[in-house]
This record gives sequence, structure tokens and C-alpha cells, in this order.
Amino acid sequence: MRYAMAVDTKKCVGCSDCVVACQTENNVPIGYCRDWIVEVTDGTYPQLELEIRSERCNHCDNSPCVRCCPTGASHYSKGGTVLVTPDECIGCGACIASCPYDARFPHPDGHVDKCTFCLHNRVEKGLKPACVSVCPTKCMYFGDLDDPNSEVSVVLKKRKWKTLIPEAGTRPQHYFLI
Amino acid sequence: MRTTRRQFIKVSALGAGSLAVAASTLKWSAASSLFAGADASQAFTRSPTYCEVCFWQCAGWVYKDNDGRIQKIVGNDEDLHCNGRFCPRGTGGVGMYHDTDRLKTPLIRTVVDGEETFRVAGWDEALDYIAARMKEIASRYGPECVALFTHGSGGAHFGHMLKAFGSQSITAPSFAQCRGPREVAFLTTFGDIVYSPERTDIRDTKCLVLIGSHLGENMHNGQVQEMSDAIDKGATIITVDPRFSTVAGKSKFWLPIKPSTDMALLLAWIHVLIENGWYDKEYVERYTYGFEELKAHVKPFTPEWAYGITTIDPHVIRQTAKEMFNASPAVIIHPGRHVTWYGDDTQRLRAVAILNALLGSWGRRGGFYNPEKAEVPEYPVPPFPQPKRMPTEAYEGKYTLANEVVSNGLCEATIPTTDKSCNFKIWFVNGTNLMAALPDQETTLKAIDALELMVVIDTMPTEITGYADVILPECTFLERYDMLRKSPHREPNIALRMPATEPKYNSKPADWMARELGIRLGLEAWFPWNNIEEMLDWQLKQIGSSLEEMKRIGVKKFPRTADDLYFAPGEDISFNTNTGKIELYSTDMENEGFNPLPVYTPHEEPPEGFYRLIYGRAPMHTFSRTANNPNLTDLMDENTLWVNPKVAKMWGLKSGQYVKLSNQDNKVSTFSIRVRVTERIRWDSVYMVHGFGHNNTKLSRAHGRGVNDTELITRVKIDPVMGGTGMRGNFVTFVFDTDGKEAAV
Repeated sequence: MRYAMAVDTKKCVGCSDCVVACQTENNVPIGYCRDWIVEVTDGTYPQLELEIRSERCNHCDNSPCVRCCPTGASHYSKGGTVLVTPDECIGCGACIASCPYDARFPHPDGHVDKCTFCLHNRVEKGLKPACVSVCPTKCMYFGDLDDPNSEVSVVLKKRKWKTLIPEAGTRPQHYFLI
Repeated sequence: MRTTRRQFIKVSALGAGSLAVAASTLKWSAASSLFAGADASQAFTRSPTYCEVCFWQCAGWVYKDNDGRIQKIVGNDEDLHCNGRFCPRGTGGVGMYHDTDRLKTPLIRTVVDGEETFRVAGWDEALDYIAARMKEIASRYGPECVALFTHGSGGAHFGHMLKAFGSQSITAPSFAQCRGPREVAFLTTFGDIVYSPERTDIRDTKCLVLIGSHLGENMHNGQVQEMSDAIDKGATIITVDPRFSTVAGKSKFWLPIKPSTDMALLLAWIHVLIENGWYDKEYVERYTYGFEELKAHVKPFTPEWAYGITTIDPHVIRQTAKEMFNASPAVIIHPGRHVTWYGDDTQRLRAVAILNALLGSWGRRGGFYNPEKAEVPEYPVPPFPQPKRMPTEAYEGKYTLANEVVSNGLCEATIPTTDKSCNFKIWFVNGTNLMAALPDQETTLKAIDALELMVVIDTMPTEITGYADVILPECTFLERYDMLRKSPHREPNIALRMPATEPKYNSKPADWMARELGIRLGLEAWFPWNNIEEMLDWQLKQIGSSLEEMKRIGVKKFPRTADDLYFAPGEDISFNTNTGKIELYSTDMENEGFNPLPVYTPHEEPPEGFYRLIYGRAPMHTFSRTANNPNLTDLMDENTLWVNPKVAKMWGLKSGQYVKLSNQDNKVSTFSIRVRVTERIRWDSVYMVHGFGHNNTKLSRAHGRGVNDTELITRVKIDPVMGGTGMRGNFVTFVFDTDGKEAAV
């Protein structure tokens, strides 16, 4: 099993619903976020292009954050999901510095926090991650890449896609449909 | 600062200490009856509601944890407004409940040591005071001297009370400051309005044309969802906007039009469709009136003519017209929503309606469907007294085609003049921050100054609460019942809002306030129910449901009474217009002395060194009402000023620096705004999101953040057809920082 997410940049309007839904679902304190919106504008008026992305932890196959964690708090879990065990985290911040996507932050409770793909609280109960299920444009797809019929597998076969900073060699599992 | 009799007072001037005492000692007396009928021992985890963060009113579920604390709000899968998905504002709506800056207790204006201030009052005292003042003032001027300005669910309750008292002067800024022109334009053309949610069949459209409408930034949930579905299905989007909006970035064609020239483009499109025979001939023949007049009228309006005005390439005008025709009848020239721009807005929206008629999209799949509303009987009450004066007399002989009450008309009529005897002496203001909603603040303040009583009912301290005589703290939608939602849609449907929890602090629901006031005014006959649950249950039982059932399901859909979502092929239709036809040539307009066919009028252009002020929406905020919401402020806590890089270079502006703005009338913004240098805005305009720049210090997160566009809108172009306040004719320039963030004035 290999969980992955794909975001359709052609449909995302950058409304930030994913951000606030994640906060209320996962009790992320106000002032912090596990996912965020990036808008990239290219060109000169009026020849312009705009790409909008809902971003989060890339749950990399080759995660520098797991490798550099001195306590083992950062670890791979079910379906390749990268998680942090708060009780084992000493808040040293090595993982934060190692992540090329800036996906991690120090939680005010003293541990490092990040996107979990809502693994334990939703996905294991048969639900989609909070961000995916709330998105008004239905621009986000989540599922098992090892299942050729999962919606994320299907959409990645059908559409052109990219990952972020592939040259970092992290083998990210967060895809962007372009 | 001008001096007025009525000083702006920061809420709770007597200190937070007294407030806290009041909140803890005054328990809500009706709390026990709120949950009457429900099993008290039942620990439910979710309860139904419909959202009040914006007017889209999506139905959803409020989830509470075991401690009864509201955790999250999610959409109801059965709801046609949201299809199980709330927008960011709805998802963050829980912040309205948790906001510690909320209005907490009734407040009455008083004078202490010569200083105007508010004192804390109990509910009985506040309501007795209002009722006594209402009776006394009405004994001098008649009950017609009361007006209600409202937005949202509270309006139904206070409106009911007002009508029973003897006034029908009930108005919402959502008409004359927002969607009014499109409703009047479609009414005069098709004999029916666009409604809310809009009857646009976006999910099945092949071509969506947006003119200054930034879907996705205005997060009108169902519409944005359907636009995304349409993108999936390969629909063409054509966006006309001087700003490269989010949706422009998703469009096959973006027409970066010169602001204020939309009418020229619309006329050129009509010209191209007719000249090339790119219209639905059978539909036009069968259903429309005045085609030959229209054809002759648009003859001179070639794309080459429009090019000189709009700066849009004639080839692109023809190409986009062809694209619309190829998609027809599954094409939508979208009527927009906030369309009060230049004062000829009804005429511009008439041109939009005419385009849709030529392409045969009205009544067709992928165009405009025929919505149906659930019929729910009202709880029987005696007929309301007939007022001696109707609200339209406030602007007699003007705005004759307005199909709703014109808010600015009532506001102006409140200012005493020698030639008008219908002055208003009492305002109720509920759920609308008039200082941000009505342009031309000076007129609003003059009107407020002339009032003998102003009662403001809201959840939050805003700018308008500072001018109130009495403030009544309303609880949020998460803490109350309201009337059933029964907006028209593809299927008739109803939705229930019920309290997920008791009102926080010493706040109360609007229905309770209205009824308590009604009883104090001797209007018991119009409030025969003991509580709103009884009234809702009676209504629901008339349509084969019950309050108990609705608490379980939240949303109920009913079958359509006829199979008429779209016109049947070749069906004979009688339209609700003077001719019974779709009026390309409007007889209503002609009869009232307006142009029966839309014409282009040039609008004022910015003087040198000034830029047209364009404002819009952000998807995570609604008007000015969410600017202090802790969850939503976290997503966006101030507005920015979009400035084209050429302009920025000329003025030496850098992204991130703060500037103040001054308009053509030397009105300088109270606060500073952060500059965002971006290619996404034309060089003749600047852009900001509406709803920021609050000056009430009691809004701890919103105070002083960004600029309030409304205070810079001092020139208003009134639409003579329906009284709309055109607000895009204001021009601003930069006022520079001298000492860091704050600019010298």
C-alpha cells in the first residue's frame, strides 16, 4: 500500500478551505497550519499564467526528516505515511531544517507537527483526509497508488502531473495535476 | 473629526469588569425551553444548521465533543447549496462562536460626566426602554417612522415585528448595494429574477462567461463547485476583468478590459451574433419581442468600434462570440452578483440578459434552469395593519422599477428636508454594518444624526454599533433556531437551523428579541406561539414533516410540482412581461422613461496620478463581518493593495510597504494598506478586498488592519432605474509613509 495525494491546479481556487478544515479536524492551534496555499504568477500583463497549489507534507518515500530524527519520533507508518510521535519528539528541529518543503513546524506543546494524511483519525476509518473531503472544487484526490483503480492512481494516469523539487531526491508522494 | 450629537462610542466603555459580572449573573431565561421536546439525556454528537457566515446559507452539521464543545462544522451531503462541502468561511464559522470580542450584553447609550458612553443593561430594561421609546416616537410620527436595515436570518423576525407595529420599511443592502440591477434587468427581460442561489446551470454548461465576476474569490459555494465540475467536463470559460482574477487564470479567454467599458463589449458581442446569424433563430422567433429594433440598434456597434473603447482586440471579440454560439444553448453569460458599479448597471445587465436570450440559454440545460421553492405555510396571524405610508414614498417618483426597497433611499429620506415629510425617526439595524455596506458615509452619518432612536442588533461590535442608542447582542447561528431555509433550487427543499449549544454570554436569538419586543408593544396577536420551536413544528407538520424529523435529517427535499426545470422543445411559454415574450426591447423601461435598448455611456476616467479603486472578495471572508473571526483572520488578516509594477516603479512602491490612500475628494484612508506589486492588475487601477480597515478598537484582531474601501467611496453613481449605488467611479492616489508603517496625513 502507498498512500498519495494529487491536487488539480486547474481547479484549485486557493480558497484555503483545506487549511481551516485541517485546523478544526486536527485541533491545530490558531496561528499554525499543516497545509497551505501557494499562488505562482508568471508573465507580464496581459500575458499571464497562474498556478494555485494546496500544499502539505509530501510524505516522501525517501524522507530526510525520518533519516535525521535522533529519537525515531519521525517514522514511516501505514502506506508510507510519514508521522511524528509527539511523546518521542524532543523538539530539536533537525527535521524542520531537513525538509525541502518547509512542511513541519514546532507545535506550542513542544513537539514537531505536520500533516498526517489524517491517517489515524479519518483514513483508517474509511474517510478521506479532512482537506480532501471539504474541498469545494473537489480538486484533491487521495488513495492507494498500489491500487490501480484508486482515484489517485486513475487521475495520475489520465493527467499530466509534476512533483515539487524532485531534484532533492526525496521521492515525494504529493502530486500536482497541471 | 466632525462633531455630532451622536458620538461614536467604543462598545463596553464602562469597563470589562461590569460586563463579566452581567454575563455570569444573568442566565438566559429561555434556555430550558430551547431544548424542550428533545430528550435531555440524549448525548447527540451532531445537530443540523444552515450557515450564516454568508447569504448562500449552506446546510450542515455541527459536531460537538463529549464535553459539549463545538469542534467542527461540515456540510450536509443532502444539501443542494453545498453538496456536503462547506467553504472556508463555513468551516471557520465556528470562530464566530468562539470569538471573545463578541457583543456580550445589552448596552444603552448614556452620558457620564458629559461624555457619551454605553452602560450595561439587563434584557428587561433594554427591551422596556426600546418599546417605550418606540411608542412615544410613533405617537408623534406614526409607526411608519420605523425602518429596518437587515442582512441575514434575523430580518425575518424583526421584519415581522415591524409589520405588526405598522411599518413596511424593511430593506437590505443586498439589493441596491449589490445584486439589484441584475434582478431588475432580468425581470424586465425575462419576467423573472435570477434568485439566490443563482439559477445558472453551471454544472452542465459548455461555456461560462464571467464579466467582473470573480467566482472562486467570491466563494459562493454551489456555484464554485459547479464551475469546477464544468472545468472537469471541458467547458470554456471566458473572463472579462481588468484584473487577472483567480478564474481568469482558469479561463480559455481572458479579456483584460479597460474598466467601466463593459457595455461597449456587450453591445459588440450582440452586434456580432446578429450580423453573423449566430443566434437561436427559432427561439428568438418563438419567444422574444423586439428583435428587429435590437438589430437596427446594434448595427453601429462593431468590434472595431468597441476596440477603441474597451482595448479588446476585435478578433478576440468575434472569436469569443463564436465560442458562445458554438456552445449554445448550454452557455451562460453570467449576471454576476455585486453589480452596482457605474450607475447604468441595470442597462448593462439588460445587455447581458439580451445576449442570453439571443443564444437561447434561458430555460435550457447548461444555461438557466427554472428553480422551484418549497411551499411552506406561514403560522397563521392576523393581517398586518396597512401603513399610511409605504417605503417607496421615501423616494417617490424615483427608482420606479426597483422590485425591492432601496436602502439608500430610506437612508436619504431620514435626513430632514423641507420638501419631504416622510422622515424616519427610528432605525433597527440587524446583521449589517451599514458604515461598511452603504457608500457615502457622510450621508449615512447625517441620517443617523437625525434619528431619535437607533437599535443595533449584531453578534459583533462593528462601526455601526458605535452609533447606536441601544445595542442588543445577538447569539450566533450556532446557538439558535431561525426560520426554515426554503430558497429555490433544482429541487424544492428546506433546511433547519437549530442551536448546537446555548447562547454564550448574555446574548439572545433574534426570534426571542423580536417576540419580546412585540409583546411589550402590545402586538401579542402577531406572536401567538410560545416559542419558535412550536411555530416551526406547526409549519413542518403542514408539509408532512416535523421538527423532530428535521432535527434528525437537517435537509428535506420535495419532488418538483411539474417537470419544468427546462423548457420542453417547441413548448409555448408565456413570460411574465407586458408582451408575454422575452423582451429584447423592454416596454417596462420605455414606459418608465428609460432607454428600452441598452446604450453605451462613457464614464469618468481617473485624473492623472490617480487610479480607479476596484474592490472585490476574498474566499475566506464575507463583507466586513468576518474580519475578526479568529479562524478566518488566521487565513487572511488584512487586505492588500494590488498595484501594477509599472505604477509601482513610477511611485517607488515596493511590495510589503504600507501606504495610505487619498481619493479625488481628498478623503484619506484612516489606516494604511500593505502594497502588493503584481502583474495581475491593470496600470490604470488598484485593487483591494472589501471588508477591512475596521476602526472599532474592540475588534482585537481586525482593528486597524488594512483599509476600508467604503470610506474612499464618496462619489456614488445612482442607477436611476432602481436606485443602485454605483461605487466604481472613485479614484485614489498614494499618501506616503514618513515614519515607518503609519503615513502622515
